[in-house]
Amino acid sequence: MNALVERPPLAPERRRRLIATLRGLLPADALLSADEALRPYECDGLSAYRSRPLAVALPHSIAETQAVLRACHAAGIPVVARGSGTGLSGGAYPLSDGVLLSLARMKSILSIDLENRSARVQPGVRNLAISEAVAPYGLYYAPDPSSQIACSIGGNVAENSGGVHCLKYGLTTHNLLKLEVLLADGERVTIGADALDAAGYDLLALMTGSEGLLGVVVEVTVKLLPKPESARVVMAAFDSVEACGAAVGDVIGAGIIPAGMEMMDKPAMGAAEDFLHCGYPVGSEAMVLVELDGLPEEVEDGIRRVEAVMRARGATDVRVSRNEAERANFWAGRKNAFPAVGRISPDYYCIDGTIPRGQLPHVLGRMRELSTHYRQRIANVFHAGDGNLHPLILYDANQPGEMERTEALALDILKLCVDVGGTITGEHGVGIEKINAMCHQFTSAEIEQFHAVKHAFDPAETLNPGKAIPTLHRCAEFGALHVHHGQLPHPELPRF
Amino acid sequence: MTDANLTDSLRDRVQTAAGQGTALVICGSGSKAFLTGTAADETVDMTRHAGIVHYAPQELVLTVRAGTHLRDVEALLAEHGQMLAFEPPHYGPQATVGGTLAAGLSGPRRASAGAARDFVLGLRILNGRGEVLRFGGETIKNVAGYDVSRLMVGAFGTLGVLLDASFKVLPKPAQECTRVQDAPDAGAALKRLRETVLKPWPLSASAWLDGRLYLRLSGAAPAVAQAARALGGETLADDATFWRDLREQQFAFFTDPRPLWRLAVAPAATLLPETLVAPADRLMEWDGALRWVHSTAPAATLFAAAQARGGHATLWRNAPAGTPRRLQLPPALATLHQRLKAAFDPHGILNRGAFHPEP
Repeated sequence: MNALVERPPLAPERRRRLIATLRGLLPADALLSADEALRPYECDGLSAYRSRPLAVALPHSIAETQAVLRACHAAGIPVVARGSGTGLSGGAYPLSDGVLLSLARMKSILSIDLENRSARVQPGVRNLAISEAVAPYGLYYAPDPSSQIACSIGGNVAENSGGVHCLKYGLTTHNLLKLEVLLADGERVTIGADALDAAGYDLLALMTGSEGLLGVVVEVTVKLLPKPESARVVMAAFDSVEACGAAVGDVIGAGIIPAGMEMMDKPAMGAAEDFLHCGYPVGSEAMVLVELDGLPEEVEDGIRRVEAVMRARGATDVRVSRNEAERANFWAGRKNAFPAVGRISPDYYCIDGTIPRGQLPHVLGRMRELSTHYRQRIANVFHAGDGNLHPLILYDANQPGEMERTEALALDILKLCVDVGGTITGEHGVGIEKINAMCHQFTSAEIEQFHAVKHAFDPAETLNPGKAIPTLHRCAEFGALHVHHGQLPHPELPRF
Repeated sequence: MTDANLTDSLRDRVQTAAGQGTALVICGSGSKAFLTGTAADETVDMTRHAGIVHYAPQELVLTVRAGTHLRDVEALLAEHGQMLAFEPPHYGPQATVGGTLAAGLSGPRRASAGAARDFVLGLRILNGRGEVLRFGGETIKNVAGYDVSRLMVGAFGTLGVLLDASFKVLPKPAQECTRVQDAPDAGAALKRLRETVLKPWPLSASAWLDGRLYLRLSGAAPAVAQAARALGGETLADDATFWRDLREQQFAFFTDPRPLWRLAVAPAATLLPETLVAPADRLMEWDGALRWVHSTAPAATLFAAAQARGGHATLWRNAPAGTPRRLQLPPALATLHQRLKAAFDPHGILNRGAFHPEP
């Protein structure tokens, strides 16, 4: 963390002129500039960091969005796009010299195309609203980030959001067909197609997860899937995290691709059980939930095999959901793990590192050591199927030093993930939060290549500047503090 | 199987070419060279940069060098009951992994499982400056930095020389079964496909040709049996051969000497009118989203017809002299393409002209 984007202040006269220009372009209800009105937009889901934008634009249409972008581009004013503001990495953290562009008012489902199994929606539509709208037709939209009640599809595209079903159904990038995108200067381009591939480079892949640095998504066409007829979940408890991790590997080794496979360690389980009383095996060291979906006979067959795998690895308790209510109950604790941890600690900080699954015992062991070293407790929830760890560091921001120790611990965990062949972010994005950790994952040449991509889309660098990709100077400053294997990263840079 | 890491010499080669402005054509076995036109001073042979770097069946991850033969990769995966789920076309016995990704082609399983790019987790590349860069990795989830790995897939080597690729691999289905139904009319077949894809059945491929509709089911034995009963029709004997020959374009339909067009369209899009395509000159895959036609209609007519159906047309084989094979991109997109090309290959030395015409 500790990665605020420092921007020089904007002269009051320029601010006045910009606001006057935007007033002329937008209806009265689509521009906020009074101090009080700006306050709710000071942060996104990374609420430890706040900043007030020059103004908030809330366009109702593509044309209004285009007008805002054109005006800001002409004036050289940064623009930060925002969906529902649920992002956890500060991607929508406002810039004090920039306009915050909220897409929240563009929230219509424009069309549902049953024949092509797709839906065309505006960027402010909530993730869950899509699945709800198409449920009567037996369809759904697969990616399901935990914030799906609130998060917007435009934000999902910007972050390439995941969820608990990624191993089988993929991330956002696997479930999109087409985007309407406005470039920094307001120019509109169509990326992707209603077909399964489009002419030219795969800009759909590049745009997805680009954290608002390459363009502003103003319309999204998503793929829909038929809802599985049946879904059941196995809950298994283990005496050790190692045995639980090995059982997860065995499930995959048996040729089974579960719809979801989630592990929790003892502290996370305990917090969830205290909160929701879902019958978790709190006496054990770790538990795993394995959900299978498909045709009923297929699910029965798979459940039997998963049960056998769990028992063969020495599971101390194996239970299978017998009905939908029980399945929902098994999941409830996992899905509410974050708020549950919030009940046992004044503050918690969620990490999003991803590791090759086989490294899990090593990483958890090392994390225990780090936890002791920094004197901060950690609860672990883990998308075991796809290697995405969410360690939650428990802290109290009101206790001097705890916030700093938490940030240092978080950074060490992210570096650990990179060092075992993983990544600093599986699904939450870099934003401002992990910008220093990017220097650990990528070389100077790679970071320069990212900047060249940014420059190809946004030569004037007005879209979400300073986020996601660190400058090499930043890496040099940061790298001087964090020496890796005795070698300074980015050695060609001058040190400060 | 060759096992050699030629990264250093390939890097030197590209750096030298960058310094001298020498145009390079990056070559695997050449099995997909018919898809591109290139102008080059020198050829870079990738086939000796080959071998398995890392394979972890329990992690569902495989990393291989670009020159590795696709058939070797598939044989290795099969030993562990796994596969490349996008069912890549080879178009030749020596097809390489690098060429497969550069062309970005996917086979019959595309509509249900996903495309080549969907199974790429990470790539190591050389950009046009001769810098070795790594994007993505070996994990299924990874959102650090722009998704450059997937951008490389289907870019025909114009943005970088592919060195190593990491794939998400999947278990082979426990059971596969193909049902065949008579469907003399393509329109009726399309309608039947629309109904089928709304069912939660384990449909893994579909094809319509010569008046018959082929539906492949893949998955756990009980699911396949249940869906096969519901689908009706006859079971196709030796269906593996059928889908392989379709994927490799071995049917007489594909060896016909007339111009062959590939139309990627919205799966439910209306058929091209018979004034443009005779009924016998159509073949459909991907639940209707991929349509092959023989047509002598002007290129502009076919480009427009595909666009009107939500997609695009490519003149695939037997292009008459002087006929454009692809439609020019709209100006704003074309500009983005040119700038991206310059961002990765500032000297314009990689596979010049292999893709959309460059400025």
